[in-house]
Amino acid sequence: MEVVNENSAMLSNFEVYGLLTDIQAGRGQNKPNKHQQQLATITCETIKYLETKPCKHQSEESITEFMKELQSFNLTKAEKGQILNLCPTTAVEIQLIIEESEERLTEEQIYKLLDIIVKYNPTEADQEEDNSAEMDSSND
Amino acid sequence: NVGLCIALWDVTKLEDSYIFPGDGASHTIVNFRYVVFRPFMDEILTGKTKSCSKEGVYVSIGIFDDILIPADAMQHPSRFDDKEQLWAWEYETDDGKHDLFMDIGEEIRFRVVDEIFVDTTPSGPDGTANQPSEISDTESKKTPYTIVGSISEPGLGLLSWWNS
Repeated sequence: MEVVNENSAMLSNFEVYGLLTDIQAGRGQNKPNKHQQQLATITCETIKYLETKPCKHQSEESITEFMKELQSFNLTKAEKGQILNLCPTTAVEIQLIIEESEERLTEEQIYKLLDIIVKYNPTEADQEEDNSAEMDSSND
Repeated sequence: NVGLCIALWDVTKLEDSYIFPGDGASHTIVNFRYVVFRPFMDEILTGKTKSCSKEGVYVSIGIFDDILIPADAMQHPSRFDDKEQLWAWEYETDDGKHDLFMDIGEEIRFRVVDEIFVDTTPSGPDGTANQPSEISDTESKKTPYTIVGSISEPGLGLLSWWNS
């Protein structure tokens, strides 16, 4: 076996999650069980890991919109990928992900970035708050 | 030297099949793309602490366990507590020094600073294979892929340190 290209593309957690759930659902060729055992193990473990990540709540549309909004910040592909996979919620995390963020982004831009992230990647806690807020307003 | 292989992504090219003399199977050259886990340098990851030793902290991310944060990549200043067998960050505030222990099973954020690939393909039979098993396990077990991390920046380390 020969490696032609070590890094032909970068995949987001969401894309890998989609592929693995497809494999687990049985789409694709069926091979004898002997070969599928290791694939089943790694598929299962990786899905378990990815479900603890924000990618579980993402969708293709939310990601496309999210990427469009990130374009104005001049971030590298790696930085955008990390933001998508990690969904940072604090300014400290942004500083870790983006190199020289103090020089490249003003404080206002960092907060704007955090707002965009929350807008497209609500965490479960936010979703629950939204649900209870909606219920309260409908009861009025 | 590619990373942790996860699953097939797609097949890009199928060439002609050949049958070789002396072998009943058909052989086909296939170009395919594979999904591989390989964090790039300086990437930030979150995992769980697995164990602590003098060398540093071992972190696991579920699918991959061989991540080490060596002693010199801890927050400054840190020390290894022999009684608890845990690493602790000696955090100084106005009230004095607090020991923030890195308990096992805690979520930890770290930066990837190095990766080590070791060839673990078995070597041919030689004299050492006949030695009695006095060789310690740590010498004979080599992990093919190890990630070295660092938590020496603000925002890195246990999530509980930064989320209050």
